[in-house]
Amino acid sequence: MIDVQISDQPLSIDTCYNTVQDPSCGGICLFVGTIRNHNQGEDVSRLEFDSYDGMALKEMRKIGEEVLELYDLKSVVLHHRKGALDIGDVAVIIAVSSVHRKAAFAGCEWVIDRLKERVPIWKKEFRGDGSFWINARP
Amino acid sequence: MINHTILTFAAAREIVGAASFKTDLAPGATVSDLRARILEAYPAFGELSDFAIARNEAYALPEEVLVEGDELVIIPPVSGG
Repeated sequence: MIDVQISDQPLSIDTCYNTVQDPSCGGICLFVGTIRNHNQGEDVSRLEFDSYDGMALKEMRKIGEEVLELYDLKSVVLHHRKGALDIGDVAVIIAVSSVHRKAAFAGCEWVIDRLKERVPIWKKEFRGDGSFWINARP
Repeated sequence: MINHTILTFAAAREIVGAASFKTDLAPGATVSDLRARILEAYPAFGELSDFAIARNEAYALPEEVLVEGDELVIIPPVSGG
């Protein structure tokens, strides 16, 4: 089972957990990405996420389909926030379930790595020396 | 000529100053031709680390031919997660 969402409302760890939990599974792995208060030596005050929703959801679903083929997982959930976020807010949740733990750990990491590579979502940092779209410039 | 509308997000929207812009390209023009046109119209795109072009909600290859009505979007380096 694959569930992907992009939301301008707070994400729920419970929802992601409940979606992947399954009686046949002995392990659930959750990755929760949060907004930290510093980057590259500068204090960060807040963030904004922009998203090309239609394509982002398609890419997230493709990642879900690929991870189910590559790893022995039962279910995968990818939920991402958009809009304005404060320090400590949850930006992304990945949840996967599997019969045994090793596939869950590996699959969960694989999903967040692919998401960061190719899902069209962008993060703008507001910090002491200005505001920047992350990764945009060399 | 075919009139295409190009959508922008994030750093691309700041460069263009709008959520979209229009450009004319000859029939048979490719994604690569569109890329050259974008750089010609907005040289500041050359200052980005890179950018991709999405066609109908998927990353497009340079040799793909544009068709009237395609949804075309400039994809600056992504930074989700």
